[in-house]
Amino acid sequence: MGAGLALLAKFLSGASVRWIDSQPDTCQRVYFANHTSHLDAIVLWSALPPDVRALTRPVAAKDYWTAGRVRHYLATRVFNALLIDRTEIKVHQSPVDVMIREIGHRYSLIVFPEGGRTAGEGVSEFKSGLYYLCKKRPDLEMIPVYIDNMNRILPRGEVLPVPLLSSISFGPPIWLEAGEPKADFLRRAREAVLRLKESY
Amino acid sequence: MDAKTVGLVCGVLALLGAATAVVWVLRRRTDSGIDPAIVQTFWLRIRAWWIFCAVLVTALVIAKTVTVVLFWLISFWALREFITLTPTRPSDHRALFWVFFVVTPLQFLLVGLELYGFKLYGLHSILIPVYVFLFVQARIAMSGDAKRFLDRTAKIQAGLLICVYCLSYAPALLALPLSKPPAASAPSPPSNPAAQADASLPAPNENLLSRSAQNPDPGSNARLLFFFILMVQLSDTLQYAWAQIPSKHVIVPSIHPGKTWEGLLGGAGSVALIGAALWWAIPPFPYWFAAGMAMVIAFMGFAGAITMSAIKRDRGVKDFGTLVAGHGGILDRIDSICFAAPVFYHFTRYWLIYHGYLDVSA
Repeated sequence: MGAGLALLAKFLSGASVRWIDSQPDTCQRVYFANHTSHLDAIVLWSALPPDVRALTRPVAAKDYWTAGRVRHYLATRVFNALLIDRTEIKVHQSPVDVMIREIGHRYSLIVFPEGGRTAGEGVSEFKSGLYYLCKKRPDLEMIPVYIDNMNRILPRGEVLPVPLLSSISFGPPIWLEAGEPKADFLRRAREAVLRLKESY
Repeated sequence: MDAKTVGLVCGVLALLGAATAVVWVLRRRTDSGIDPAIVQTFWLRIRAWWIFCAVLVTALVIAKTVTVVLFWLISFWALREFITLTPTRPSDHRALFWVFFVVTPLQFLLVGLELYGFKLYGLHSILIPVYVFLFVQARIAMSGDAKRFLDRTAKIQAGLLICVYCLSYAPALLALPLSKPPAASAPSPPSNPAAQADASLPAPNENLLSRSAQNPDPGSNARLLFFFILMVQLSDTLQYAWAQIPSKHVIVPSIHPGKTWEGLLGGAGSVALIGAALWWAIPPFPYWFAAGMAMVIAFMGFAGAITMSAIKRDRGVKDFGTLVAGHGGILDRIDSICFAAPVFYHFTRYWLIYHGYLDVSA
């Protein structure tokens, strides 16, 4: 099921995958990418090799991915998604805490630190969750990912995808440096994604 | 497969084999004095040929329907390259969905139905330039976004015209009637010397024809399509080869510095000779028709190459293939086919009508 869906996603998105100064690996990682389309998580997940994919969980919004049986099935059974409840954020139940608890010392994550889908091609400022994630688990490799053209394949507010070609670029890992301020780290992370955009 | 088809395929394979051997040797030798970049270009072209030949022959052997499906897939992929390259706005999304998932399959479905005896030439030839072009404009207008309206509709229409409409004429060659209908009473114009030349060809089949309505030479349509593709590819390669001679008169330097008058005329001339030599593969056409069509193909292939070059230049890319790393760039390979197909189809059709193979009086 997972392999079939990955194949379908690859066909529909025509995604070509590039690893730039970076290699696929099953070590614990956080893939952080720009977010323009509902298909981003599926396409990024499909772009990973099967053994890496089996250990990688997309972080997704609970309200979207539990609406309807198909989405719920896909999220829980196929992607093994880590669903975050956006409406009820409690003190000791912050999204970052949930993520750290759920991945243990085994799984990798796919996150979209812009917080929501951006219209058009730009990359918005990153939310601070990425920083807190790094602060609590500085051993995780942070892999920047740029997803190109997905905003045209399935733009905001559309249901049916148009099969244009897209590409996914994985960049070299970054880490939170000792004592690095939050704003600096978030800017550096965002620039790592933008650099992949410019490498065409 | 009949003897002529086997002969044609074997001939092409022998030619490809020889070309592969020559280029392979040239790649090995560093002292040949030929620019390695040129050798590399030939190498890549020959490799693409092998793939195209293998796929086309396989499709033709299995069934004509498979060939139509194959061209649909090529068309789908070419169109996605084209639309990916040309910027559209989010409000074009719904129109594009129709274009990819309704219009493209429908056009090839019409071609496919023609193979089964449905006379759909009329609809097939106007579906896109009339109905779909109007539909695309209206659908985009309905999206409520008027910004650069004509720009946007023109881009989608150009993509449809080149990648879908024109390309669909290649498999449509499979549905042309290449043998006269049983009641072939329509007399050929006696003053035409070509009519006498071709009169000797179908003669042995006359009895067979009158007994059954079946095509006496079932492989002829497949050979016609194969001949067409072969001529397009040969003219591309021969134009490139002729353009290597020293005195260069570039035709449009700002669009395509590789296309020279020497290349175009030399390529068209040599492909005409090859076409004439292969006339036996495409009955009922005489040798002069084969040569003439080969020249037309060469000129249309040139037109296709410079048109796509202009589009690519405007968008600032060298190849459709480099647009997204890792993709083959199908559109780079088929631009000449797209431009030559409708012209080849229609010239062939005019000839068939003129000589009474096709009755359009109804």
